Amino acid sequence: MIRKMNGPWWFLTPYVVLFATFIVIPVLLAIGLSFTYFNTIETPEFVGLRNYIELLTRDEVFMQHVLPNTIRFAFIVGPIGYGMSFVLAWMLAQIPHRPRTLLAIVLYSPSMTAGIAMAVVWTVLFSGNATGYLNAWLLNVGLVQEPIQFLTSPQYLMSIMIVVSLWGSMGVGFLAMLAGIMNIDQTLYEAAYMDGLKNRWQEIFYITIPSMKPQMLFGAVMSVVGTFQVGAIGVQLSGANPTPQYAGQLMVNHIEDFGFIRFLMGYASAVSVVLLIMIYSISKVTFSLLGERD
Amino acid sequence: MAKFSGMKINPKHFHRSQIKFFIVLIPMAIFVSLPMLFIVSHAFKPMNELFAFPPRFLVRRPTLDNFRNLVSVAANTGIPFSRYVFNSVLVTSVGVFLSILVTTMAAYALSKLKFKGKKLLFEINTLALMFVPIAVTIPRYLTIARLGLIDRYLVLILPLIALPVGLFLVKQFIDQTPNEVIESAKIDGASEMQIYLRIIMPIIAPAVATVGILSFQLIWNDVVGSTLYVDDESMKTLSFYFSTLASLVGNPVAGQGMMAAASLIMFVPNIIIFIFLQNKVMNTMAHSGLK
Repeated sequence: MIRKMNGPWWFLTPYVVLFATFIVIPVLLAIGLSFTYFNTIETPEFVGLRNYIELLTRDEVFMQHVLPNTIRFAFIVGPIGYGMSFVLAWMLAQIPHRPRTLLAIVLYSPSMTAGIAMAVVWTVLFSGNATGYLNAWLLNVGLVQEPIQFLTSPQYLMSIMIVVSLWGSMGVGFLAMLAGIMNIDQTLYEAAYMDGLKNRWQEIFYITIPSMKPQMLFGAVMSVVGTFQVGAIGVQLSGANPTPQYAGQLMVNHIEDFGFIRFLMGYASAVSVVLLIMIYSISKVTFSLLGERD
Repeated sequence: MAKFSGMKINPKHFHRSQIKFFIVLIPMAIFVSLPMLFIVSHAFKPMNELFAFPPRFLVRRPTLDNFRNLVSVAANTGIPFSRYVFNSVLVTSVGVFLSILVTTMAAYALSKLKFKGKKLLFEINTLALMFVPIAVTIPRYLTIARLGLIDRYLVLILPLIALPVGLFLVKQFIDQTPNEVIESAKIDGASEMQIYLRIIMPIIAPAVATVGILSFQLIWNDVVGSTLYVDDESMKTLSFYFSTLASLVGNPVAGQGMMAAASLIMFVPNIIIFIFLQNKVMNTMAHSGLK
């Protein structure tokens, strides 16, 4: 039978079916449901743009907390994580093979941990009483008199979320950029210096980045997606959805809050659609920013 | 002419000029690995060290108590620990195998075969790189429920098989393989499936390893499947059991030791596989560019 298998559909059908079922249909369904009132028991009722209008005009939690939090989180974690990935990859490329491999594995390892599996570390590290490592240390050094409620007080939660996310931001994009730098033709640099390249900054901007632009773009997409993917972290850290005073509430948590806690599936779907559009537009903007250096 | 003093990629030996990189990289690596070391150390702490004040980072008298507790707490819930292990191993191994098969086949077609809609399909897949599954948890659940997949082993596997990043990476990798090999095999009368199995698969071993790792991470760590799509406790996975520990164990401090042990069990397979295959992953990533 294998001898007769010609034609692309032998190869494509399984992927296309699974891709359509678990990615395309859910996205289309989310778009469809976002125009309905759906409480999971009755059949969805068409309500036009009401969910979107409510989201943008009536949902105070969304406008005052969720959206600003998401934007703040994304605009800090995304660029810094991406920049860190590039700089570290750039440095790793310039050291010998053995230490490079070792250090690359160490730096990549956080992204292999499941978010939930690591929650224990953060809860112990930032625990709100004196047995928390950070509190114990701060008390010991004398910086504070009373242990700080890191995970339940609104003013610290977001910062901790950002640090934790940055800790795990050297993922697939980081590996891609490292591979990209490693594969740049060494003679390009030599030639460029003969042509009057003056310093390492020029070198990075005129040779390194343009030569590995495809990997830079891939890394950018991975970092945008990664940033929105880790959104659940605030709920894991504080152990509550909604997070204390909505301090760590991101769009992903808002979706869960409305979908699985209040069973307003139509409304939750509208939030999902807004989130997908945001991810898409941010990726596009990143592309055009990086693309301009051609 | 100035002496060349720019970037040296992949130097053979250590040189003083590299010190500045090590000064950044080593503290960074230490900072990043501290939580990992903490997990390892915490997992082996006996009860009195877990309660110790002030807390100590490193374990003094390592024990396996936390691991034993993981087993006994599972037994108390009515599901033996070994059942969770079995489920996870089954689901992950079948899932990784299928993911590799499905993804590489599609990648071969997208790279080397000619058909209508090929470009469009690849573009849709590239768009799906930006897909965030967590955003469509609800419609995904509705789709799965409608298909009657709830409470079947398959539901822990199927949603995670089609991996846009995997397809993308393998397709880019296959693009690099010369067409001549394929052409000459065709002249010898080989079918496309035979070419894929006998010629392409061996050449793309690095890309296969990469897809394998990515899908392993995804399926092994997945909690959503067991939480939402499966009600039958005896079908849930290790990662699910570990995610419920906090609520199963009343005592938070004792729970911490067990959770550290659980995290370690989740992490170790990931890191071992990555260490063995990292060369191949880097090889694949070299072709990962978005053009």
